[in-house]
Amino acid sequence: MEKREFHITAETGIHARPATLLVQSASKFNSEVSLQYQDKSVNLKSIMGVMSLGVGQNAEITITADGDDEADAMAAVAETLKKEGLSD
Amino acid sequence: MRAMLKGIAASDGTVCGQVYRLVEPDLTVQRRTITHLDNELNRFHQALEAAVSDIETIKTRATKNLGADSAQVFSAHIAMLQDPELKMAVEHEITTQHVNAEAAVSKVAHDYEQSLKALKDNPYMQERITDLHDVIKRVTAKLLNVTLPDLALVNHPVIVVTHDLIPSDTVSVNPCYILGFVTDLGGRTSHSSILARSLNIPAVVGTQTATQELTEGSTIILNGDRGQVIVGPSQEELATAQQEMQDRTENLERLAKLQHHETTSQDGVGVTLAANIGTPSDMPNILRNGAEAVGLMRTEFLYMDTDHLPSEDQQFAAYKEVVTAMAPHPVVIRTLDIGGDKPLPYLKQKPEANPFMGARAIRRSLTHQEAFRSQLRALLRASAFGQLRIMFPMIATLDEFRQAKAIYDDERSKLTVNQVPLGDVKVGMMVEVPAAALLADRFAQEVDFMSIGTNDLIGYTMAADRTNQDVGYLYQPYHPAILRLVNRVITAGHNAGIPVAMCGEMAGDPIAVPLLLGMGLDEFSMGAGSILKTRELIGKLNAHDLQSLVETALNSASTSQEVITMVQAAVPGILN
Repeated sequence: MEKREFHITAETGIHARPATLLVQSASKFNSEVSLQYQDKSVNLKSIMGVMSLGVGQNAEITITADGDDEADAMAAVAETLKKEGLSD
Repeated sequence: MRAMLKGIAASDGTVCGQVYRLVEPDLTVQRRTITHLDNELNRFHQALEAAVSDIETIKTRATKNLGADSAQVFSAHIAMLQDPELKMAVEHEITTQHVNAEAAVSKVAHDYEQSLKALKDNPYMQERITDLHDVIKRVTAKLLNVTLPDLALVNHPVIVVTHDLIPSDTVSVNPCYILGFVTDLGGRTSHSSILARSLNIPAVVGTQTATQELTEGSTIILNGDRGQVIVGPSQEELATAQQEMQDRTENLERLAKLQHHETTSQDGVGVTLAANIGTPSDMPNILRNGAEAVGLMRTEFLYMDTDHLPSEDQQFAAYKEVVTAMAPHPVVIRTLDIGGDKPLPYLKQKPEANPFMGARAIRRSLTHQEAFRSQLRALLRASAFGQLRIMFPMIATLDEFRQAKAIYDDERSKLTVNQVPLGDVKVGMMVEVPAAALLADRFAQEVDFMSIGTNDLIGYTMAADRTNQDVGYLYQPYHPAILRLVNRVITAGHNAGIPVAMCGEMAGDPIAVPLLLGMGLDEFSMGAGSILKTRELIGKLNAHDLQSLVETALNSASTSQEVITMVQAAVPGILN
């Protein structure tokens, strides 16, 4: 299982556009990918789940990937977070 | 049954065709108990797929019309429909509760909405709820087997009948299939009307009852000159309308020949005919219509249909596209004109009792400088690619202009220090506050150009909201009071040696054009659809002779009607 923490730097948090892109990149993999924020954890392949967390600026989030392609899934999600300017 | 519907003549031309109702159908869901669960799950899956396919179509058209960035919202909609958790929740509801798919969908949507609403402090949540409603509506319509109308899905020529067009509807318009518009609401200067004129599509607005009285697929005649709609027309009326459609086509073909001509009066006075645009995607249409410049680019589109302020790079790309497409001819870009009348959820504006007189446009830019400075930097960077002119909206006092100009100078010198390539930029003002028009001679000493924004100037001078139908009669562009203000601005500009433009609806109005030409207006900026007609009209006018018409209208007219009579007497056949 892959597990990484990220600090959200974007002023607008994870809003619609990056949420869609995050979900799209997680959905490419077989692994179960989840996003944990405060005491809640959601499926990162579910846009409704991601949006219902309301992740704002300066949030600390944890992403886990579990499955046969977990390393690739984590790399892809981390790349999207960086490319969309959500996290460093 | 023949009947006549009356409205406001919003865009010229007559068309006959079939009604396409852009009206939301009844989507009330009845809860039923289901015995064939597999059948119900199948129905749900098919509805999801059909809804995704519709949104793909809309997204393709929006990408083509507005660019990939603006179409992004549809990707979010598709992701919602493909959400595995949402799908499982609905399936679970169907199989455990034995309910029909539409009831299960609305139950699950309701639960999600509650969890979104629980995030009270998040300013974007209301938009997410709107998105959720949009996609749920689409799935529900599929399940109820009713058509959810959408202009992007129209694939044959129709007359669109709707309550009111909103900017997002027009994202997906394919002009080839839209013969005309009929709306319940709106006036000559509302969004639907401006859009119809820029696309050269006949329109009647403000009919009050069109969506109640016009049935899907029925044949109607729309007369955009008279503001009439004929329901169930006779054979003779249809024949006449078809003849008019043909004449109109020939007329447009004749005008099309003027596309590359200069604009010169009969006695050799040259003026510039420019276009007003709302997005970079308007450029091909205005060039096809013979625009010699962009006289007003509104920048609000960058801030709407999104949940955050546009980045400097995003703005730069849009401005650069327009400046490049118009080069070597000038482009006037107006800085952000937003405030209480066009609230943006992410700006957290305070509600105002009187938004038209509130903290909008330059007033807001001066107190919220971050967004203003980022816009100025994007504009300055775009100036390297052509002839850019920056215009500040709603200037009422010299002090406001000086402050805005100082911020511009500050950003310019910072970019120069960083060796960013910049072009020669002129900085001017929009004259739309009566106080500025009255003091135009003082402003003219400090600005590079002035552009008269007549829509708001008329509104503020007559103290009437042009979108309020009860006082719509006060929107009188030919009123002697308005003419005196306009003339004052033009004279003040010329005395100071700077050019004066007009960028309101009035600039393309056939009654106003002879007066404006006689006053010596340098640039007329209008909706694309009026440019060629105005070029033809100016070619028939003698600018020198019109000076006496101007003097009479300014000195001895008391009412709009008197002005109209004077113009018609001086230029016979002007409204042929």
